[in-house]
Amino acid sequence: MSLGFGGAGRLPAAFMTAGSSSFTEFISAHSPELLPSGRALPVGATIEAPHGTTIVSLTYDGGVVMAGDRRATMGNLIANRDMDKVFRADEYSAVGIAGTAGLAIEVVKLFQVELEHYEKIEGTLLSVEGKANRLASMIRANLAMAMQGLAVVPLFAGFDLNAMSGRIFSYDVTGGCYEEHDHHSVGSGSLFARGAMKKLWRPGVDSAGAIRVAVEALYDAADDDSATGGPDLGRRIWPTLAVVDVGGLRFLGDDELAAVVEQIVADRRGNPGGAR
Amino acid sequence: MTMPFYVSPEQLMKDRADFARKGIARGRSVVVLGYDRGIAFVADNPSRALHKVSEIYDRIAFAAVGKYNEFENLRVAGVRYADLRGYSYDRRDVTARGLANAYAQTLGTVFTQESKPYEVEIVVAEVGDTPDEDQIYRLTYDGSVADEQGFIAMGGTGEHITTGLKERWRPALNLGGALALAVELLGQDPSGGPSRNLTVTQLEVAVLDRARPGRTFRRLAGPLLDALLSSEDPTIDVPDDEDVSPGHHDTLTGEAPDTEAPAQDPS
Repeated sequence: MSLGFGGAGRLPAAFMTAGSSSFTEFISAHSPELLPSGRALPVGATIEAPHGTTIVSLTYDGGVVMAGDRRATMGNLIANRDMDKVFRADEYSAVGIAGTAGLAIEVVKLFQVELEHYEKIEGTLLSVEGKANRLASMIRANLAMAMQGLAVVPLFAGFDLNAMSGRIFSYDVTGGCYEEHDHHSVGSGSLFARGAMKKLWRPGVDSAGAIRVAVEALYDAADDDSATGGPDLGRRIWPTLAVVDVGGLRFLGDDELAAVVEQIVADRRGNPGGAR
Repeated sequence: MTMPFYVSPEQLMKDRADFARKGIARGRSVVVLGYDRGIAFVADNPSRALHKVSEIYDRIAFAAVGKYNEFENLRVAGVRYADLRGYSYDRRDVTARGLANAYAQTLGTVFTQESKPYEVEIVVAEVGDTPDEDQIYRLTYDGSVADEQGFIAMGGTGEHITTGLKERWRPALNLGGALALAVELLGQDPSGGPSRNLTVTQLEVAVLDRARPGRTFRRLAGPLLDALLSSEDPTIDVPDDEDVSPGHHDTLTGEAPDTEAPAQDPS
């Protein structure tokens, strides 16, 4: 074990080597067993693990919103009904995950440290594209696991301080990174969420409008996809929703979300498709 | 014909120590001192890019004097140590004590085994929930560690500043008062010459702000630092909120954001 801090020893040589400001590169050289992709699975074997489902993201005038439902499923079972699948990546970006939950959360954790590590060593922030590309390389490293059924598909949204606008990046399992315009969704319910956003999103929408569209898109996804959790009024479990703008990232509080969700549920009574 | 001379271990260590001390004494000084709401770092450093004070982790910061390449190397190692530990265990499990130990071992090994000791002196400080729980460790070139209470001064005029701090520093000083004291002592000439009046651009100032959640390290610059140092201005502490202008969250300047929105790309 090379964690290198057994209490009394000097810092290992790898710590003192000049060069990389990437945490991932550092641990892949120093302690690769800590990398999410640093383990081999028996060939041909598949296992059943909890899966995260739907994430939506859409830009608005002055920022970007990302929201995710709270359900994780394992086969036909609900593995978890209040899992958070949208995370703060750093001050100006959010990352949402679909796919194998355990691995995905590990990737997100590594991604968060990666960004903070760069910030501390270099003393400056990475560009939005830089962050998106770092995430792509982490997904790429996971390809072997993806081919055995443990895929991780993230969605990345950040506020670009140069262009002063929100931007969205999607990924495929091979680590391909694609910039999306206006809105995008990943996960099992994404087909329905995308359809909903196509009809509901308008150019120049404000943040309150974008929040409502995000929650409505998740509602539509949950309506048709059994793996996506709908609003749970009984347990008062609301989607996770992050807003990223020039002031940084903030998660919407339960009270704010409850108001939005309850309004949508009320509006759809007798009008389940939300036609307007 | 040359004959190898016998050098006693005492002499060898003394020579190395003298060598390291000389290197450190040439540099400008750094003061680390506690105040009521955190720990302040004040360096006599005109450079905006080559820092002597840096963030290590949520509640831990690093300050150094001496040779830049050597302490930069130690700083990067410290960030890697902290991030690796926080990643494998939990953010709360990263402590200044652990880092100070690792640094002490490293400096000690370099001092005795390498061809030349590091010409550095460093401070690792961790801000606690209360002033009593603050930890400030001083590490010297030979790997010795000292757990200091309240304040540390190091560098060329370190001893002189320490004498001043012993007389005038007291716990529960506010930030304005602590900075003014540190800046005044940094400007004094120990040989009795005229004092320098250090301005905002000649100083590198940062705090570990006890009240902040998460990452507590903030650099202070611009109008905010001006206001803190000025005896006429009523500002005595950093604001609770971040700067409104976008950018790296680790700096507080108190500057008003650009009222003019940046030009949008028409394409």
